[in-house]
Amino acid sequence: MLSKKQAKIFFLGGTILFMLIFIGMSVHSLMVGIPENTNDSEIDDQVKLGKLIWEEQNCMGCHTIMGEGAYYAPELTRVYSRRGETYIHAVLTAPEGWGFRGRRMVKYDFTEEEVAGLIAFLKWMDKTELNGFPAAPSLPPPSPAH
Amino acid sequence: MKYKSQKIAYQFFLLAMLLFVLQIIYGFIMGFAHMGYDVLHDFIPFNTAVTTHKNLLVVWILAGFMGSAYYIIPDESGQELWSVPLAKLQFWSFAIVGVVAVAGFHVGWWEGRKFLEIPRPLDYLVAGNVILFLVIILMTLLKGKQTTTSWVLTMGLVFAALLYLPGMIYFDNIAVDSFFRWWVVHLWVEGVWELIMGGILAYLLIKLTGVDREVIEKWLYVVVGLTFISGILGTGHHYYYTGGPSYWLMIGGIFSALEPLAFLAMTIFAIQMYRKGNKKHPNKLALYWTLSTAIVSFLGAGLLGLAHTLPGVNLYTHGTLVTAMHGHLAFWGAYASLILAIISYSMPLMTGRNIFDNRIGHLAFWCSNIGMIAMTAAFAAAGVAQVYLERIAGYDFMTTAIEIQPHFFVLIVAATLFTTGIVLFIINFFKFGKPTDEALQTEEAFEALKTV
Repeated sequence: MLSKKQAKIFFLGGTILFMLIFIGMSVHSLMVGIPENTNDSEIDDQVKLGKLIWEEQNCMGCHTIMGEGAYYAPELTRVYSRRGETYIHAVLTAPEGWGFRGRRMVKYDFTEEEVAGLIAFLKWMDKTELNGFPAAPSLPPPSPAH
Repeated sequence: MKYKSQKIAYQFFLLAMLLFVLQIIYGFIMGFAHMGYDVLHDFIPFNTAVTTHKNLLVVWILAGFMGSAYYIIPDESGQELWSVPLAKLQFWSFAIVGVVAVAGFHVGWWEGRKFLEIPRPLDYLVAGNVILFLVIILMTLLKGKQTTTSWVLTMGLVFAALLYLPGMIYFDNIAVDSFFRWWVVHLWVEGVWELIMGGILAYLLIKLTGVDREVIEKWLYVVVGLTFISGILGTGHHYYYTGGPSYWLMIGGIFSALEPLAFLAMTIFAIQMYRKGNKKHPNKLALYWTLSTAIVSFLGAGLLGLAHTLPGVNLYTHGTLVTAMHGHLAFWGAYASLILAIISYSMPLMTGRNIFDNRIGHLAFWCSNIGMIAMTAAFAAAGVAQVYLERIAGYDFMTTAIEIQPHFFVLIVAATLFTTGIVLFIINFFKFGKPTDEALQTEEAFEALKTV
């Protein structure tokens, strides 16, 4: 029968072993994997500004990006290629705040520089490699007859 | 209650209950917004509501953990708390920082990083407050008798504090930011918070079942060992689609699939100890909450986590309401119920009023648990419908959001039942009155219940 001492060794040994493996994998991810997948070298001042505004305005409090956020507004990882720059600009500068089919976005008073920063951030995000996320719909579009 | 200083726990429990009510109110605001009734948009837009809802959860659970530690550590170490005035200072500073943070969210003073929205200047105050808390706990622990239960609980608290630090570093790359954010959030809730949970659960089982401490603490080691063996590399399920290398799909998938084992072990541990022990302890409500913590955490954190953790499934469920389904039952089962268990156990001992087995208490238990399970079902229906409509059939976000609105009506009905349960629990909480020194040694009456 397992003794208390053996149980303690199981806890401490297992924790230390798997923590070391996790730290090793994390170092590799941070040094190699994430910079490659996210084109880290392409993060310029505009992208940095966009990311800062993204956080200051808590966009994640409604939207999701890389699938992370609050599920109340659309997923934005590939919004740049899905909607295009003109549409995004219109959303961000809507005088009364953007609204779509009854759901309202907070009204913002962004400067043109800030809008450009957010667009640059979303353009950078659009090119990230996220292991296949978001996946393309697996069903074909519904036919007009239905 | 053996020591006067344990009474400080009451203030933390009271704060936790008040913040819990506030958290539920913000939950309703969000539920109505999802249904199409975002009537408070101009005053409390959705991102304010969601941030307040989530951070209130974190703050009230932390308040519950702190109160638990202030109650348990003096009892376990066999002496008064190291410094009651400092503990009071720590309480008030914690409460003030919490209230300021929540108020700040309403004027846009935040960092838009899920679960870590508290702005940087307040982060430093949180860190200072937690250091003070840990000093008080460690000084009490080191000066007195040291048990496995108190060490597991304290280590959980120490590592929870240390893990907060990576979340305070600023990164220009949002993928790196996200990577470290999960060091905090995942390694909290599926790591060191489970140490705290294991410590509190072990303490409650020792007290409520009378089973020999050595037996309970041996299995405590096994349970927390399984937690870390599966949970540390299980962090990988947050790195599948957030910019991490592809090896996380395999590593995260395997170890996430093992994570329910830790919760299953916790469930078997609690039920076995209950079966092994005597059934004489009069505090039936504390026992109900203790066992439900072990069982519902397995369902919410273990099984519902497993339901969408495998990479092939998560590719479609990631970033949908399926996550909300899992999150609600997991937090309720593992942490909220645990705090309600320790409150149910300690309040009679701190106040001397034996509200152990009353009708309101049982109604509170069943309404809140059934309500939360029904809420989980509503989230599941909404989440699965969202996955099929948006991710598999390719409808746009808002078309899907409108189609799934009826599920939020069900959610609100279920949440009303849940809220009824919580209100009843709080009515019971206030019926106890305030702690009193006259309640000292009330625990002695139960010492005879020990089986060994």
